[in-house]
Amino acid sequence: MSPNELSSYLIIGAILFSLGLFTVLTRRNAISVLMGVELILNSANVNYVAFSHFGSGNADGQIYAIFVIMLAAAEAAVGLAIVLAIFQLFHTIDVEAAETLKD
Amino acid sequence: MSMATAVFYLIALITVVSAGMVAFSRNIIYSAFSLLGTFMGVAGLYVFLGADFVAAVQLLIYVGGILVLILFAVMLTHRITDVQITNRAAGRIPALIVVGIFIYLLIEAITATPWVKAKEVVYAATTAKIGDLFLDTYLLPFELASLVLLAALIGAVVLSRKEIKE
Repeated sequence: MSPNELSSYLIIGAILFSLGLFTVLTRRNAISVLMGVELILNSANVNYVAFSHFGSGNADGQIYAIFVIMLAAAEAAVGLAIVLAIFQLFHTIDVEAAETLKD
Repeated sequence: MSMATAVFYLIALITVVSAGMVAFSRNIIYSAFSLLGTFMGVAGLYVFLGADFVAAVQLLIYVGGILVLILFAVMLTHRITDVQITNRAAGRIPALIVVGIFIYLLIEAITATPWVKAKEVVYAATTAKIGDLFLDTYLLPFELASLVLLAALIGAVVLSRKEIKE
């Protein structure tokens, strides 16, 4: 583990991904699930930027990271709007309570 | 151990511990605020990787945008103080086993692979390079991105407004 080794960044990315996966798998609150998704996207971004830095040296990986950040913003906006709509309909944001398609 | 290495360890620690708080905290408010540490830590990692523009974008959009959005959603859905309702977790043991095996395999693969050694780290500004790429090689995805953002904007408004029943 040192700042100029690729594997240290990849290990941090792997830990972030696993914690995000754990959050998505175990949480029953829709907002917490979204937080787990954000962790997973962040871990992917770390990998993109790390490979861009240690690999080719051009900025392609950084471009992908910026696209991922942009899509994460769009995802968060739509996802949280869906969460609020579910809350208005079911009066809970427990993902197990909101499993029907119609009320 | 040099100063840079110490700072790197600190940033990595903040990132991982905050992510752990997000995953394991009993209170959703703590989870939401722990995301702040993770996002800041990841921005610090970008600085170590010489990606200044991505680090700034990370701070602006994740910390300034997405985190505020998540906090809004947490506050708008009521009974946030009731832990049993707000941040329930189920199936922790099986999930822990699956994720444990997964991270073991990942770290094993990462440490077993002979990665290229780092070149001389050049801390030059990357903004001009990224701007050139956006308006040259990645012009179509760049324009599509604006379309996606517009669609997300309209979609969020349509989804979250109150339905008026006849």
